Amino acid sequence: METYFTKEHEWVRIEEGVAVVGISDYAAHLLGDITFVELPSLGKVVKQFQQFAAIESVKAASDIYAPLSGKVVQVNDAVEERPETVNESPEESAWIVRVEPSNLDELQELMTRAQYEEFLRGLE
Amino acid sequence: MKLIYEQSSAGRRGVRIPASDVPAAGFLPPELLRTDSAELPEVSELDTVRHFTNLSRRNYSVDTHFYPLGSCTMKYNVKAVENAATLFADEHPLLPLLPGGLAHAQGSLGLLHGLGTALAEITGMDEVTTQPLAGAHGEMTGIMLIAAYHRAKGNKKRYVVVPDSSHGTNPASAAMVGYEIITVPTAPYGDMDLELFKAAMSDQVAAVMMTCPNTLGLFNPHIREICDIAHSYDALCYYDGANLNAIMGKVRPGDVGFDVIHLNLHKTFGTPHGGGGPGAGPVGVKSALIPFLPTPRIVKNGDDYVLETDNPRSIGRTANFFGNFGVMVKAYAYILLLGREGLIRVSEQAVLNANYIMAKLKGHYDIPYDFTCMHECVLSASRQVKQGVHALDIAKFLIDKGYHPPTIYFPLIVKDAIMIEPTETESRETMDAFIEVMIQAAELAESDPAAFASFPATMPVSRLDETRAARSQNVCFVGC
Repeated sequence: METYFTKEHEWVRIEEGVAVVGISDYAAHLLGDITFVELPSLGKVVKQFQQFAAIESVKAASDIYAPLSGKVVQVNDAVEERPETVNESPEESAWIVRVEPSNLDELQELMTRAQYEEFLRGLE
Repeated sequence: MKLIYEQSSAGRRGVRIPASDVPAAGFLPPELLRTDSAELPEVSELDTVRHFTNLSRRNYSVDTHFYPLGSCTMKYNVKAVENAATLFADEHPLLPLLPGGLAHAQGSLGLLHGLGTALAEITGMDEVTTQPLAGAHGEMTGIMLIAAYHRAKGNKKRYVVVPDSSHGTNPASAAMVGYEIITVPTAPYGDMDLELFKAAMSDQVAAVMMTCPNTLGLFNPHIREICDIAHSYDALCYYDGANLNAIMGKVRPGDVGFDVIHLNLHKTFGTPHGGGGPGAGPVGVKSALIPFLPTPRIVKNGDDYVLETDNPRSIGRTANFFGNFGVMVKAYAYILLLGREGLIRVSEQAVLNANYIMAKLKGHYDIPYDFTCMHECVLSASRQVKQGVHALDIAKFLIDKGYHPPTIYFPLIVKDAIMIEPTETESRETMDAFIEVMIQAAELAESDPAAFASFPATMPVSRLDETRAARSQNVCFVGC
């Protein structure tokens, strides 16, 4: 299943019609040791590229933006309880929310993994 | 060092108070009477004095050391200003509100009015309220004034625009008042990207919040154009006064086009950093916003200062009484002490000092936005990171050398940022000594990067586990 990325370093993957969202390996590495994840409430309606959650590390506090519009149908309580999982497995077990997407055409606004890696090379 | 509770020895006393010969029972309901004695440390007076004196000697302050904490403007607080504040210590804050009390509070009200007038003159505003109790409180007051202005005009506005280099309190204040935030990225020239700003603007934008000079210590050459563009959409321009220390007597935000401004008195007008309080965040506005200012307004009526309370369009009170009055006394005394020429020299010296440090460190650290800076300069430890030495490691090295580290990892748009703000009060000798230590850190990062793991070695506590401290917080003392 293809993973898509935003310029703000979130990723999204469609699994059985539901969008799984997290922050990229690059973002987790850049933030350093993550100490706190603020999750949205269930049922929250999010809009593409708008802030819906927040993450704090020993270095900084950052917003997390929605890669797709839709409704939050599940939040990953594990990352709230153990924020370090975001450092350990940002693109797998430390997903942040699952969103019921309202418009899959929005995926065209995002980068593929190859495009994202190219984008990251531009940041160095 | 032991906690004062750990020094406790049963029955030991500093002062022995005679037993009460008034029976408590009968005066107070039994449920309010203490049955066990209070759990206070049982120590002698001498042990108490020693404990707190020794604690105070572990403090680090501008009075003892150089404190180049960027963005915070840790300037020296002139002692004469402290004396001035004690002159007003007996004045009761309710006095002007009591029947006949106004006549006895003319000096205090005159001082608040005089401070507001001076701050309005320095910033190019038409009126200043001194009520808000801190910078962030001033920000929220300012955004509430902007919201009241748009409501009165029937404007429907949803957004507040901020650059990505802004202080976090800017978007937070705007969001608290109910606006949605549009963040504009920084261009390679170190300021808000002008083209992206234009694209972000619309009739839906209520205000643009700018800090100028910004958190990179750079003065935005497009600032007037930005204000003009905002005004063309009937958006107001908000000036975050955090970095006013760089421009006093050179530029007045009001002349450039700003409509609302807040000031952090501790960052420019010599009042102490309050450790969370008491602070003061006066807010200045252009004439169109005066009707919305917090009530009561202190106005001059002939020779008298009176309180104007009939302000139907006011956003209301933002603080009890008249704000943190003692802080106002200090700021007013500071302004009078330095005068116009003195304040101009403050800004000139602050800018000169920051540029001196940047020029001396240029060969040793990367400077991602390499322009003449204002009152602070931002280095990057990116060169040292390649050796495995991060901004945090350099900060710990500086602690060992007797310096409070500069601000690190802020602004967020600079990788491993080290943000240095010497302020105007430091001598060249002090700065040279600091520069020398910064160069030592850069050299050590090349020759022996592993050495940084052991810093600080000379402090009461060594390298703290900041991650663990943040992840498993325990802020309660468990009695011994």
